[in-house]
Amino acid sequence: MEFFERFAVPHPSPAIYASMVAIGLTVIAIFAGLTYFKKWGFLWREWLTTVDHKRIGIMYLISAILMLFRGGADAIMMRAQLAAPENKLLDAQHYNEIFSTHGVVMILFMAMPFIIGLMNFVIPLQIGARDVAFPRLNALSFWLFFAGAMLFNISFVVGGSPDAGWTSYFPLAGNDFSQSVGTNYYMIAIQIAGLGTLMTGINFLATILKMRAPGMTLMKMPMFTWSAFIANIIIVFAFPVLTVALAMGTLDRLFGANFFTSNNGGMDMLWANLFWVWGHPEVYILILPAFGIYSEVISTFARRNLYGYKSMVGSMVIISVLSFVVWVHHFFTMGQGAFVNSIFSITTMAIAVPTGVKIFNWLFTLHKGKIVITTPMLYSLLFIPLFTIGGVTGVMLGMSAADYQYHNTMFLVAHFHMVIIPGVVFAMLAGLTYYWPKMFGFMLNERIGKWSAWTIGISTLVAFMPMFFSGLDGQARRMYTYSEASGFAIWNMISFIGAAGLAVGFALIVYNIYYSFRYASRDIGSDPWDARTLEWSTHTPVPEYNFAKIPQIDSVEPFWDQKKHGKKLFEGELEKIHMPNNSGIPFIMGILFFLWGFSFIFAMWIPVIIFTLAIFGCMAYQSFEKDHGRYIPLEEVEETENKLGGNR
Amino acid sequence: MMKELFPRKQVIGFIFSLVLTAVALLVYFMDMSFAVGMTILLVTAFIQAGLQLILFMHAGESEDKTTIYTSIYYGMAIAIITVLGTLLTLVWTYQFQ
Repeated sequence: MEFFERFAVPHPSPAIYASMVAIGLTVIAIFAGLTYFKKWGFLWREWLTTVDHKRIGIMYLISAILMLFRGGADAIMMRAQLAAPENKLLDAQHYNEIFSTHGVVMILFMAMPFIIGLMNFVIPLQIGARDVAFPRLNALSFWLFFAGAMLFNISFVVGGSPDAGWTSYFPLAGNDFSQSVGTNYYMIAIQIAGLGTLMTGINFLATILKMRAPGMTLMKMPMFTWSAFIANIIIVFAFPVLTVALAMGTLDRLFGANFFTSNNGGMDMLWANLFWVWGHPEVYILILPAFGIYSEVISTFARRNLYGYKSMVGSMVIISVLSFVVWVHHFFTMGQGAFVNSIFSITTMAIAVPTGVKIFNWLFTLHKGKIVITTPMLYSLLFIPLFTIGGVTGVMLGMSAADYQYHNTMFLVAHFHMVIIPGVVFAMLAGLTYYWPKMFGFMLNERIGKWSAWTIGISTLVAFMPMFFSGLDGQARRMYTYSEASGFAIWNMISFIGAAGLAVGFALIVYNIYYSFRYASRDIGSDPWDARTLEWSTHTPVPEYNFAKIPQIDSVEPFWDQKKHGKKLFEGELEKIHMPNNSGIPFIMGILFFLWGFSFIFAMWIPVIIFTLAIFGCMAYQSFEKDHGRYIPLEEVEETENKLGGNR
Repeated sequence: MMKELFPRKQVIGFIFSLVLTAVALLVYFMDMSFAVGMTILLVTAFIQAGLQLILFMHAGESEDKTTIYTSIYYGMAIAIITVLGTLLTLVWTYQFQ
């Protein structure tokens, strides 16, 4: 019994016990359902062992949407708690746990997989490749991310959630002040998911550099591919910092090291420093692919080419460098003095310039375009004004002297939500709606889609604009309650209404998926949006090998040129096609990493050693395995091509 | 004939990298000031890394030469900015105040 006491939740409540029961029942239902409908074999062959970038992309997207609802439930609980003064819905400890997990889940387990999922699905199609450079590594990336995400998500029912904020600043996150295993979950789960992300970064750099179709020079790549390319460069250079910081934090918490303690030569500020050396570039890892999606969507539905291609690329390259030199603006008030703050204030303002260039490029693309308002376009048009509110308040926060007024208030919370929701979430919803027909062979209903876009757009304003005011009035972030005399009540009530509106908006999206799945036409062709880039030139559903013949590229918009100017995109004869084999190793390694991480969190060293050996065993097996892939025979390629409507 | 087969460049490079290692080890075995020791370590480390990348990992010998060198320079720039910026923020600023 003593052994099991460590798994108990240190600060339980009826809601947590109810969640335990719900999680248990869901797991039983999934296992029973899979067994009853005899789907285990199907699941294993088609999904768990797949190395197909399209399926991995879809699995990322499903995980992202699940995590969106997990993080969204956290958000609703927080807004409900704050909706009235002296509210007793949550106590301080639960509130701490909820805002900590909300942040981590939304950034690392919602936004990141959403972006990586779209990159996975779209990029090989956009550059005319048959898969990514390292398909099996790609599967491993996904399963590591998934293991990390699941590990993080069980924390609140096994051992206790992290409660030191999503930034997990030391010394609060150290053993003295965070005694439960919560922060261990933070350190280990993010470490595992972060390894997956780092692999993705390397994989996509190699893919974009080496696997483009003949004729597609760097300056002929579609804008989404460019943005993902830059984002992956930032991943490769920023994530190692997180890996090191988390490893040092783990050593502090589990092995009594003193990197971030306040005595024995440790330096607690170093954690904040390292966290933001990674954390600020991370912001651009999220926003650049989102900008890429907007570029694709706006150019498609303005029915013209993207304005200022070169300046778009140039501004992203400048952002990739500047994103590494602004991190101190996250802790202007930590005491480093006016000189250092001034330097980082200036670099921070400088980053607004290339971002402004991009905004103007989109506006100029819309100018004289024949604008078609579809759901993805609606999200993109809502993005421009809403994101500008977030951006301008960011410049306000960037002025270090003024920042002393805003620091750690709801003003900051409002700022980054107004950046991330219109910037990233709208882009992901636009991207999901835009690429939905390519993924699943039917379109989402436009009417419901537009309703949800407007609901989400307006609710974003209702939810976050009041925080600017209550923040300027002095409401601190992460405060679980406030007095009636403070006057914050009205702003927080409005904000709660906005949060409820957002919930309605996302529920509409779910309903839209259900509705369209049942009623939407399956006869939509392969190019339902009349788009311009290569991914729309292949069939829907996309065959396993993406392109039967490798396309020949000589412009930025090869597919548009084929449609409007009669250029030949696909030439030559059909041939047998070489494809990678499926593999169970990545999935098994994901499970092993989950168990390894779980044992590590609870400092159970014997299982840690066993699972470490097992992981190395998998790697050794992988190294000695002879797998040269397989060929899809010519007859099968011809058959598929004929069935899908011939090769135009 | 033997001259062409003998990998002269690689052998010299190998000996040179051993020498660099030996010089770096001096810092541990000899009694010297912190500044001198760190300078020796930094200089030998960078030469060693360059030697390994160029001579033994063939950084400049394929068509991807530009990509490889660009990413190395970019990585170095980011690393230097991070280290100097961190020192500025957490150490130097308190020394000059």
